[in-house]
Amino acid sequence: MAVPLNEAVGQLVHDGDTVALEGFTHLIPVAAGHEIIRQGLRDLTLVRMTPDIVYDQLIGAGCARKLVFSWGGNPGVGSLHRFRDAVTRSWPVPLEIEEHSHAGMANRYVAGASGLPFAVLRGYSGTDLVGNNPHIKTITCPFTGQELAAVPALNPDVTIIHAQRADTAGNVQLWGITGIQKEAAMAADRVLVTVEEVVEELEPVPGQVVLPARVVDAVSVVPGGAAPSYAHGYYERDNSAYKDWDAVGRDREAFGAWLAELTGSTGPDTSSTSDPEPVGKGA
Amino acid sequence: MTTLTWTSDEIMTVTAARSLRDGMSCFVGIGLPSTAANVASRTHAPDLWMIYESGTLGASPDRLPLSIGDGILAETADTVVSVPEVFNYWLQAGRIDVGFLGAAQIDRYGNINTTVIGDYDDPKVRLPGAGGAPEIAASCREVIVIMRHSRRAFVDKVDFITSVGHGAGPGDRERLGLTGAGPVRIITDLGVLEPDPITRELTLVGVHPGVEVADVRAATGWDLRVAEDPRRTPEPSGAELSVLRSLTGTART
Repeated sequence: MAVPLNEAVGQLVHDGDTVALEGFTHLIPVAAGHEIIRQGLRDLTLVRMTPDIVYDQLIGAGCARKLVFSWGGNPGVGSLHRFRDAVTRSWPVPLEIEEHSHAGMANRYVAGASGLPFAVLRGYSGTDLVGNNPHIKTITCPFTGQELAAVPALNPDVTIIHAQRADTAGNVQLWGITGIQKEAAMAADRVLVTVEEVVEELEPVPGQVVLPARVVDAVSVVPGGAAPSYAHGYYERDNSAYKDWDAVGRDREAFGAWLAELTGSTGPDTSSTSDPEPVGKGA
Repeated sequence: MTTLTWTSDEIMTVTAARSLRDGMSCFVGIGLPSTAANVASRTHAPDLWMIYESGTLGASPDRLPLSIGDGILAETADTVVSVPEVFNYWLQAGRIDVGFLGAAQIDRYGNINTTVIGDYDDPKVRLPGAGGAPEIAASCREVIVIMRHSRRAFVDKVDFITSVGHGAGPGDRERLGLTGAGPVRIITDLGVLEPDPITRELTLVGVHPGVEVADVRAATGWDLRVAEDPRRTPEPSGAELSVLRSLTGTART
């Protein structure tokens, strides 16, 4: 059974958690990110390969203490200005960063999903990422003597993804560009999935990824929950929203107005006064 | 004296497109590289196999994608694979002929910075970061870079090595265990640079029509070496320009 998004976030995401909201341009869990802002969560370690505008918003709202990432930008537009403001001027709070390459992050999730302590890859060699990130080390292959990079497994407390649909049993189906979502979900302690719709039965789709209900803690039905990114087969990317964000993100005051509108006049701490139902596996 | 009927960006993109050979597998960065690769696939290289890091293999978009994860890439790809698969099975395993990258900053030895301007811990400008570039630069058989020429972009030494070009000179790539040849050509809006076969230092080997060697040297932040007789870039053909303009027209919605 599906759970309202505010209850699912309230149950699964806590102050200080390591939270991955993954999506590679497609199926970005934007609505869930906004709910995290509304609930006023703090001191999060946010993880994502490609933090874009919803991470800019989370950072600007002061939800994050640290960002673990490999490419931070507004795709097709430019920079993330709330992210820049946090990194260069500690506004609204200081933001620690841990920076990888895509290959490194992808392999960290794979190791996390596989129950291994670290991942091995041919990468990073000669780059300045090595000296600036203590989590990138060198390892010697015990069979060939080759020097390779080692990066620690990534195991988020919570992974949040958006998918096209789930069935009534809580099995989740996504397709199109599925990025790193399966690995990010399998690596996490808790998994929240927002979906466009719940259907009786999942009809197979070419290129699909199905996450069995037993690895999903909560499903929330949020039509349009990936907008302004897109949901393949449901709606297109709203490119103008990404362009429009640039002006809002550049200016603390404009951002403040945006934030006030998102959180409402009642402020961020009043959104969950009820005692929500427990959220079970395969809910 | 004839007036130019194309812009400096257009000759840059067309020249970059010509660097791609038909049938190559090409790991395509978004922005200028993607535009150039799509020009190539519509002109002399119909069998260019374009890979985007979102996992879309053999994409043939009918318009320019606006991001590496644009839906048009998934719809037109031979197959869509996961991100670990594109980086591990395709890139790391050495299956990609050419990596086609852009950059914010590049240095005398073709090392690329897309991370920070200034000090890492107290940056003047925070850039997007590495993305797929470090491993693209490491593992593709060769790398081609396309970027606009300026003294801010072409610096003696990059502030941060995000992706290794030729390190500090000859032998560095081998020492670092990097399997690919690294940057073999840098195409700008002024001309073409290639690493010297011995010293690995980027050398001006071609200038676009209407550009003088002195212009390129003035736009470069180090004492740029110039080949003995730099080529004059052939002008873009009418067909190339019409393909390019139809693409960029659709991208500017």
